[in-house]
Amino acid sequence: MEKVYTRPRSLKKVTFHYCPGCGHSIVHRIMCEVIDEMNLQERAIGIPPPGCSVFAYHYFDVDMAESAHGRGAAVATGIKRAYPEAIVFTYQGDGDLAAIGTGETIHAANRGERVTAIFINNAVYGMTGGQMAPTTLLEQKTTTTPYGRDIKLEGYPIKISEMLALTKGAVYIERTAVNSPANIRKTKKAIHKAFQTQIDDLGFSLVEILSPCPTNWRMTPLEAWQWIDKVMTKEYPLGVIKDVTGKEDAD
Amino acid sequence: MPKVLMTGNAAIGEAAIRAGCQCYFGYPITPQNELTEYMAAHLSRRKGCSFIQAESEIAAINMVYGASVAGARAMTSSSSPGISLKQEGISYLAACELPAVIVNMSRGGPGLGSISAAQSDYFQATRGGGHGDYRTIVLAPSSVQELADFTHSAFDLADRYLIPVIILGDGMLGQMMEPVEFKHEAPDELPIRSRALRGAKGRPSRIIKTFTSKPAELEEINWSLFRRYQLIKKQETTYDTFMVEDARLIVVAFGIAARIAKGAINTARANGLKVGMLRPITLWPFPTEEVKELAKNAKQYLVFEMNMGQMVEDVQLALEGKGEVSFYGRPGGVIPTPSEVYKVISRLYYQKGLK
Repeated sequence: MEKVYTRPRSLKKVTFHYCPGCGHSIVHRIMCEVIDEMNLQERAIGIPPPGCSVFAYHYFDVDMAESAHGRGAAVATGIKRAYPEAIVFTYQGDGDLAAIGTGETIHAANRGERVTAIFINNAVYGMTGGQMAPTTLLEQKTTTTPYGRDIKLEGYPIKISEMLALTKGAVYIERTAVNSPANIRKTKKAIHKAFQTQIDDLGFSLVEILSPCPTNWRMTPLEAWQWIDKVMTKEYPLGVIKDVTGKEDAD
Repeated sequence: MPKVLMTGNAAIGEAAIRAGCQCYFGYPITPQNELTEYMAAHLSRRKGCSFIQAESEIAAINMVYGASVAGARAMTSSSSPGISLKQEGISYLAACELPAVIVNMSRGGPGLGSISAAQSDYFQATRGGGHGDYRTIVLAPSSVQELADFTHSAFDLADRYLIPVIILGDGMLGQMMEPVEFKHEAPDELPIRSRALRGAKGRPSRIIKTFTSKPAELEEINWSLFRRYQLIKKQETTYDTFMVEDARLIVVAFGIAARIAKGAINTARANGLKVGMLRPITLWPFPTEEVKELAKNAKQYLVFEMNMGQMVEDVQLALEGKGEVSFYGRPGGVIPTPSEVYKVISRLYYQKGLK
């Protein structure tokens, strides 16, 4: 009988510690599928951040080095410059990439570092208990915006991917989501393309993934999936933000 | 190789290249810019090497972290305010047992301070500097030749003990020109440390990390680090002495201050005062035993620093009350002269009834 579904080789046989309905485990799995399909397990070096995904190295069966909060793009730069044969990716949340690590991210992108950022946008700080992130939506309640995010006090949700697209060194940026089978498939395709961009030595690539955090959103997993469609994608529309790779899509 | 005339900052750059430094990441700050510029000119186009003028000192040290993860010899440099920013990365390097060389051409502080030479970063350098229980090896050169020599040995020490090594110079050492001889040729092959992350090819995947949710596990990591620190104390403590054999007063000074003190001691000797000097070369590990040993003969100590008194605490700790310690310091980037220090020495010498 033909085996049509199996655990990716580069995904360790360990039970995820993530909350029910969390997007991290979905993204981990499809990333490992891509790593297998592109035969990158022996070349990949991943950089997980502090945050819920700090333990990503327990799941990815590739070389991984923890980064200080927000410094993923700088660490990735150092690894790639020292060892250009590696396929280097960061795995960063919204607080990590779009608040404390804004500087490192923008400048790595602008230098066109041949690295790939997988950017998980769930509009909150997850591990620390659901505080406001730079990506938190207007009027969204978090533990540090208990009355809802107020533009007069907290400013606006930051569109870091659109900002990064302004740098010439960033050549491929796409925003996807993991709240439906169709969106998960699109996310996988985007991750594939981002890695291919790096392999082709074209420049900086980033995939922003809208990802559910039912625990901190105080929702059921199903409500969280629906909230991404109804609310989040209005502020963060899905699709290719920038693609100057000159490459056609694979399919 | 014949001697060449170079600034201290450039000499560090040349010595680093000859030590097989593959990656240099820096950010402009006075008084160490000549080093960054030297690496831009001489390292950036070398085969297999990488130079980046980073967007910040924080980015630079994290790039060093990344390069060290990948097994390369990596270096960054800065001056006092910039070194403060690098402390986050240094703490991670120490925790992950990653070698790196960090140069501090220190200047007056606190705050933005001045751009003139000072030694006010002694505490920061010798106590770890960032968060958590850790130490770094701290080398204190006092000439351009030593800047070159210590830069080379800093890379070896960092690799041998898997530890960040700080070269604590100052703005004066960095900017002054002296003849220097480079004793090593640049290696043909860049050294790549084993157990680096270079992809899980032909071996299981590896993790470099610091975080653990288990306090007992972290306690063991701390113990393991401290066992290595004990070994470093035993094997790598270095110092220099000058005319201590019959000395009744011992000056303790490091780096450029020791050069100034030497001039003062020469004058003192010419005037018949029995004065000598102990110069710690490793500030951490501090030559505690050697200071204690000197106390068998000399009871009077003058610690001279270009700060408000930092190393003086280590001297007091080492003496355990077996000697009397006086202090003279000039903070803020003021450069004392040998004759000024001689006046302090001779006053103390007579006050303490040594003559």
